[in-house]
Amino acid sequence: MGLSREDVIKVAQLARLELSEAEIAALTSQLGDVLTYIEQLSKLDTEGVEPMAHAVEMVNVLAEDVIEESFDREQILSNAPSRDDTCYRVPPVLGE
Amino acid sequence: MSGTAYTTVIGLEVHVQLDTRSKLFCRCSSQFGAPPNTQTCPVCSGQPGALPVMNLRAYELAMRAAIGLNCEIPQFTKWDRKNYFYPDLPKGFQTSQFDLPMSQDGYLDISDPEGAFEERRIGIIRAHLEEDAGKSLHDEEAGKADSRIDLNRCGTPLLEIVSQPDMRSAAEARVYLTELKLLLTYLEVSDCNMQEGSLRVDANVNLHIDREEDLIATPIVEVKNMNSFRAVQRALEYEVERQYELWQQTGRKLGDVGVTKETRGWDDEAQLTRAQRGKEESSDYRYFPEPDLLPVTATGEMVQSVRAGLGELPAALRTRLAREYQLSPYDADVLVNQGRSLVDYFVAVADRCGDGKSASNWLQQDVLRHLKETGTTIEAFAVPGEQLADLISAVHSGALTTSRGREVLTHLISNGGTVAQAMQQLGIEEVDQSELEELCRELLIANPKIVADIQSGKTKAAGALVGQAKGKNPNVNPHDVQRICLKLAAEM
Ligand SMILES: [Zn+2]
Repeated sequence: MGLSREDVIKVAQLARLELSEAEIAALTSQLGDVLTYIEQLSKLDTEGVEPMAHAVEMVNVLAEDVIEESFDREQILSNAPSRDDTCYRVPPVLGE
Repeated sequence: MSGTAYTTVIGLEVHVQLDTRSKLFCRCSSQFGAPPNTQTCPVCSGQPGALPVMNLRAYELAMRAAIGLNCEIPQFTKWDRKNYFYPDLPKGFQTSQFDLPMSQDGYLDISDPEGAFEERRIGIIRAHLEEDAGKSLHDEEAGKADSRIDLNRCGTPLLEIVSQPDMRSAAEARVYLTELKLLLTYLEVSDCNMQEGSLRVDANVNLHIDREEDLIATPIVEVKNMNSFRAVQRALEYEVERQYELWQQTGRKLGDVGVTKETRGWDDEAQLTRAQRGKEESSDYRYFPEPDLLPVTATGEMVQSVRAGLGELPAALRTRLAREYQLSPYDADVLVNQGRSLVDYFVAVADRCGDGKSASNWLQQDVLRHLKETGTTIEAFAVPGEQLADLISAVHSGALTTSRGREVLTHLISNGGTVAQAMQQLGIEEVDQSELEELCRELLIANPKIVADIQSGKTKAAGALVGQAKGKNPNVNPHDVQRICLKLAAEM
C-alpha cells in the first residue's frame, strides 16, 4: 500500500509536528513500511468473523459515583512547564 | 431578484452536563464553581499512564435521557478518542463515542401552544456520552499574552444530543430546545443551567431554495456561542437572512468546489454572526477506539427497568391534565412547563377542591405571580396545597368572594395557618341570609330612585347598592346582594 509524501505532511500537520525535508522523506518510507507490513492482514479470510471493538474481552467495568479527594493543586501544577498560583499558563490561542 | 421560495433547514447539537457527583472517568468532584484546578487528579489532568474508569451513575443518567428521547439502546457500546489539540484538552484527545454510540434513532415531539406551527416530530440521530474539556480563563494581567487554564471542568460527563435537520424555522428550534430542557429536567438528569454551561447549543443551518427544475442548498453553517434560547433564535433568524442574501449575490451553493462547512460565532451585542477561524483539517479527528476503557453492554432488562422508572413525562402529563381536570391545552401546557413540583401541587389542590379549572386559575393568576415576584419556587411556597384547595372551596360555596379570597391567600402566605383561621383573623365571616335581606331592605328604602329604576327594568341599577352594602358589611357577597335587591325591589 505505501504512503505518499502528502500523507506524511498532512499527518504531521494534524499532530502539530514540524518536519524537515529529510525527515519527511525518511518518515514516508518508514511509515510506508509499517503500513505494508500491516497490510498482510488483509490477505486473511475474515468471512464470518465478528468485528472486534476492543482488544480485551471484558465489559462493564464501572465505578460508583462517589467523590474522592482530588490532588493538591500545588502538587498537580508542579508538573507544568509554565504556571502561576492557580492556573496552567499556555501560549495564547489564535483567534481567541 | 427577490422572493424565491426557500425552506430553512436546522439541526441542533446540544451538550448537557449530567448531574453526577463525580467526573466521568475519575472520582474528582464535578461541582461547578470551585477555585481553579482544585478538582483535578492525574486522570482528568491528562498525566501519562493515568487510567480512566467509567462512572456508573453517568452511564445510567445518559441511558435515562436517551430512553426519555425514545432512542434505541444498542446492546453494545464503546468509547473512542477524538483527536485534536487545544490547551483546555490536556490529553490531546476527547474521550467520546464514534461508530457505536450508546443510543440512536429517537425523537422528540414539539408543538406550539400558540399554534404558530403544527405538532412536529424532530428526529434524534444519536445521544452519546463523552467528557467535557477544561476552561481557558482570560488573563487580567496586562502585558501577559498567555492563556490561563483551569481543568476543573475537564472530564465532567456530557450527553451530546444530535438532532436530525428536521426544524424548519428559528422559532421551531427554540421550541425544541425548550421542550428538550423540560424533558431533561423532568428526568432529573441535568440542571440544564445555561449560565453555568450545563446546557450548550450548536446549530447547523442552511437553506433549500426552490428553482424550477432542481433544488439548491446553500452551504451549511455551524453557529456557535449562543448563550440563551433567545440568542439561538436570533442567531438563526439572522443566519437565514444572511445566507439568502449571500446566495442572491454569489450563487454559491453546497457541492461547489471549495465550499466547506463554515463555523460562525454569534455576537449577541452586535446581533450578528461572524466567521470563526477555520480549524484547518478540523473534520479530521482520526477517531480510534479508546484502549483504556472497556465497552459497556446493556441488557433488555436494564433498558426495561430504566424505562419503568422514568416517571410521567411532559407530553403524557399535558394530555392527562387536560383530560382528567378539564383544562385547555394551553393551561395544561403552562402548568407542565413549570416543572414536576408545580404539577404535583396542582394535582393536590385540584383533587381536594374537585375543580381543576379553578385550581389552574388560582395557580396561574395568584401563586405563579407571587413566586415570580418573590423569586421563589413552589417547593418554598408557604401555603400547603390543601389550604389553597379549601380557599377555592370557600369561594365556590360563596363563603368568600374572589377578592376576599385573595386577601385570605395573602394572609396565609405571610402567617400560615388554615383558611378558617385566616378568615377569622381577617374578620371575615359568613353573612346570615336573614341579616343580608335586612341589610338589602334598608338600602332599598333609603334609595327610592334605584327601586324605581329596577322596577322599570333597569336591573343594572342594583349594582350601585353593592358598594353601599359592602361599606356596611365587608363580608357580603356582591352576587347575593344584587340577587336579593332585585327580588325585594320587585316585591315592593
Ligand atoms: Zn480527576
